[in-house]
Amino acid sequence: MSQDYPLVAAQTAVQTPTKAPRLRRGRGRRRLRGADRIIVILMVTIPTLLVVGLVWLPAIASVLLSFTSWNGIGGLSTIKWIGTTNYENVFTNYPPFHPAIQNNALWLIVLFLLATPFGMFLAVLLDKEIKGSRVYQTAIYVPVVLSLALVGFIWQLFYSYDQGLLNSVLGTHIDWYGDDKVNIWAVLVASGWRHVGYVMLLYLAGLKGVDPTLREAAAVDGASETTVFFRVVFPVMRPINVIVFVITVIESLRAFDLVWVVNKGRNGLELISALVTQNIVGEASRIGFGSALATIMLVIALVFITIYLATVLREEK
Amino acid sequence: MTRPQSEAEYLARMVPSSVAATSLNRRTLFKGAVGGAAALSIPGLLAACGSTSSGAAASGGSAKGTVTFGSNASDATPKKSFAAQVAAFQTASGNTVKVNTVDHNTFQENINNYLQGNPDDVFTWFAGYRMRFFAAQGLAGDVSDVWPKLSGYTDGFKSASTGDDGKQYLVPYDYYPWALFYRKSVWAAKGYTVPTTLDELTALSKQMQKDGLVPIAFADKDGWPAMGTFDVLNMRVNGYQFHIDLMAGKKAWNGPEVKKVFDAWTGLLPYHQSNALGRTWQEAAQTLQQKKAGMYLLGLFVAQQFTAAEQSDIDFFTFPAIDSTIGSDALDAPIDGMMMRNKPKNEAGAKAFLEYIGSVDAQKIALANDPGNLYPNSGVDTSSYTALQKKASELVGSAKNIAQFLDRDTRPDFASTVMIPQLQAFIKDPTKVNDILDSIESQKKSIFTA
Amino acid sequence: MASVTEAAAPTSGAPDAPVWVRKKKPTFTPRRVILHTFLTIIALAWVFPIAWAILNSFRDYAYTSVNGYVSLGGWTIKNYQNAWAQGDFTKHFLNSFYITVPAVVLTLFLSSCVAFVLARFSFKFNLAMLGLFTAANLLPQQSLLIPLYRLFRSIPLPTWMSDSGTMLDSYWALILVNTAFQTGFCTFVLSNYMKTLPRELYEAAEVDGASVWRQYWQITMPLCRPPMAALATLEITWIYNEFFWATVLLQSGDKFPVTSSLNNLRGEFFTNLNLVAAGSVIVAIPTLVIFFLLQKQFVSGLTLGANKG
Repeated sequence: MSQDYPLVAAQTAVQTPTKAPRLRRGRGRRRLRGADRIIVILMVTIPTLLVVGLVWLPAIASVLLSFTSWNGIGGLSTIKWIGTTNYENVFTNYPPFHPAIQNNALWLIVLFLLATPFGMFLAVLLDKEIKGSRVYQTAIYVPVVLSLALVGFIWQLFYSYDQGLLNSVLGTHIDWYGDDKVNIWAVLVASGWRHVGYVMLLYLAGLKGVDPTLREAAAVDGASETTVFFRVVFPVMRPINVIVFVITVIESLRAFDLVWVVNKGRNGLELISALVTQNIVGEASRIGFGSALATIMLVIALVFITIYLATVLREEK
Repeated sequence: MTRPQSEAEYLARMVPSSVAATSLNRRTLFKGAVGGAAALSIPGLLAACGSTSSGAAASGGSAKGTVTFGSNASDATPKKSFAAQVAAFQTASGNTVKVNTVDHNTFQENINNYLQGNPDDVFTWFAGYRMRFFAAQGLAGDVSDVWPKLSGYTDGFKSASTGDDGKQYLVPYDYYPWALFYRKSVWAAKGYTVPTTLDELTALSKQMQKDGLVPIAFADKDGWPAMGTFDVLNMRVNGYQFHIDLMAGKKAWNGPEVKKVFDAWTGLLPYHQSNALGRTWQEAAQTLQQKKAGMYLLGLFVAQQFTAAEQSDIDFFTFPAIDSTIGSDALDAPIDGMMMRNKPKNEAGAKAFLEYIGSVDAQKIALANDPGNLYPNSGVDTSSYTALQKKASELVGSAKNIAQFLDRDTRPDFASTVMIPQLQAFIKDPTKVNDILDSIESQKKSIFTA
Repeated sequence: MASVTEAAAPTSGAPDAPVWVRKKKPTFTPRRVILHTFLTIIALAWVFPIAWAILNSFRDYAYTSVNGYVSLGGWTIKNYQNAWAQGDFTKHFLNSFYITVPAVVLTLFLSSCVAFVLARFSFKFNLAMLGLFTAANLLPQQSLLIPLYRLFRSIPLPTWMSDSGTMLDSYWALILVNTAFQTGFCTFVLSNYMKTLPRELYEAAEVDGASVWRQYWQITMPLCRPPMAALATLEITWIYNEFFWATVLLQSGDKFPVTSSLNNLRGEFFTNLNLVAAGSVIVAIPTLVIFFLLQKQFVSGLTLGANKG
């Protein structure tokens, strides 16, 4: 990985094994001169401070709050430490918790196995030089830009038991939103509908960056389009693939707004983020209990982050 | 009532508040306004004089003060109604009112943060536990000295405005009862009569089913409507006091009393519209409107789902007695009102505003602008009430005990995170009632003891 | 994503391959017809729900309430007029603008800075940094409400910056929160993209003695137009549609962005859904316009495609 030392590559043959001190030592005027050093430090520290201050510190506070009982009112002295009671209650005395975990997992599986590949597939099709590509792109992307209020209305029109389009047209009597075995799938359709648009857009942006000559050469060699994609394009697209993968995980873990707009995440539509919201936001104010749920969510998220970072690390070695 | 009110509004626009304030003794002016409808034109006239005599000199004078008012009335009709009352108050008192309107749902969800941040001097809120809680937390201001100046409120409204410490923290603004609503035309055509006992209600329901109607429209997608059913059943089976004690966490949910309530409910469920968990109250109300359902247990606001022409066809009756020794004289009739923040920036102005809002004048303006509500001040001329409103106000007036609705009578964390999912679980599968009640009790303990 | 680790790409592409030839292919072949038919069906399926909703936003609630939505009739444009007036959209659109534009610009700027440094230089803490930024995106935002609320409430601002005297109830808080939450994702996307830029690009610049800043601004940024356009489109949409932080951190209804003020169209109990739909259609228009504008940018960004440098 000697290319990873771009600023020294031009002049020094000897690589120092440690990377970080390079910046501080400032060896060689052409590496990081005073001004450059300050610039680099500023470029990193300002965003870091923002993210640490507004995301990570509150997150740590949230973890601490999960061991307390507090209604969010009054000074910090009104916070009562109660140890792991909240966690015990989450696992043993809170019926919505287990369905929520299952639903989040289901969400991840469906997006990962159906919506994401389909979005990628559409992007590949739309990457060709075809007439009206922009029209197709727009149509598929539009669901992404709509506000929640409109999305809620759209699906209410479809799924309403008494007046919905589905029951009227299909002649069925399915309680799409009320039946707790059906409603998660109904909402997943809506979620996939939007997710495909995201994935298509991002993947398309990535595909545009792929050197067309790669494909041309492979095609000249007589490889079929499918083979070209899987053997040539897909591997080159690795960074975008990772992005799409991470987005899918983020979307599934943080999935919230669709179930919230349907029934605030109850009766078969429990999701952890909705439970967090029910407990923390609003009048309920079970800050400690809600924070315990949030902490559990954080831990699950960290598992995915670790897997991701481990993959990156292995590759760099 | 429209004329003097619009005149007051008109004058309010004419007269800079500073003028009215500097040229008149606010206090007497205000008292005049409170005195009654006849007096309303007097401050108006005086204000008009003020504007002609000293209008030019007004630039240097400053208003008595600004009262900030946090309102949750974001939809057109109540917003207009508040605007008219605010305008009249400004003219009468010389205070300026700065209205901060946030939509109802957001206002409610954020109340904790709102009250701890930079709340307005006066804000809209509800009676019941929800009010007492903020009073006990020191986030609401004591308005006991406003109450002696209010006339026309029954003791019931006063006690509903009283915190745990015996002081008043609320001025009631409007209210609405819960009852079983129906369409007169449907009932007349089929010859139904109002049931007064549970057996009669059951018999009526059976008849309706025979006639091809859904006996009782029902919806609980949003979680709260079923609370109304529970409340009224509990008050009929166990009485008001037990209900309030249960709400306060003092009684067990898995005891025999509550089980009896759910038994009664189980008996009635077959007559309720099925698939309730996928339906909003508006859709359920539409089945009533479309004459597909016979009755619907809901608040008076159900009328908003009907067209203007249909309003006179709506009627209701209170839920019939289940236990004759308990009767049927308790009901849910949630009260909305206004509260004052703790240590308002302009306490005198805030109290004057609250006093005005509770006055007959303000209530008349409210009725003229927002006729769909019931107004608590008995001085309000009910002759402009519709038949439905009159009957509703009589129902509440004759009720011995008034509850505020489950989510206003108990801890909001318990109501929203425990009761909503558990009531939905019951509607889904009533046979699991024992497990459900055990779960409620066990979760209740973890919340109420926390 | 089984082949994520399958990094070794066949490198059969000849560097001096002729320019784009596919254009010359005939556009009318059976395969093309199938492709277009398929894409048309998908596009219609995707747009139909929206079209259905828009159609119903042009209907009188009194009519749909009696006849149901699966019917025709009751056409009106009143919903749009009423929504605009009741929602006070003129004011709230401006509010959205004050929040979204600075937040998106700041997000893209800050994240491109971090991404540049992470992609360009190797430090020990590179990976940790990437994790720090990416993981920030996975946190449930709702759970951070109480600590953030307390934090903002305790930071005083002069009254010329915030009439409430604190960060609470000010656009500053909202812009910073949105930026903090979105920076992670953008950093992640951009650093991935920047890593694909060939090192050689910088070598010449270095010989010329170009400063780090100039390398960032004049070499990296122009090459990052496609991902920046994609990100700008997404970020504008996300931040513009964001309403959670707006409703919890702002306390004056007058300051609410347009997405939060949509709730003004709902009553305490009764909601005219058709009216809300009309309002939501109005609210969706700016994001659609942005998409059309940036989509172009997107396409023109191609000619600067990285691997062709």
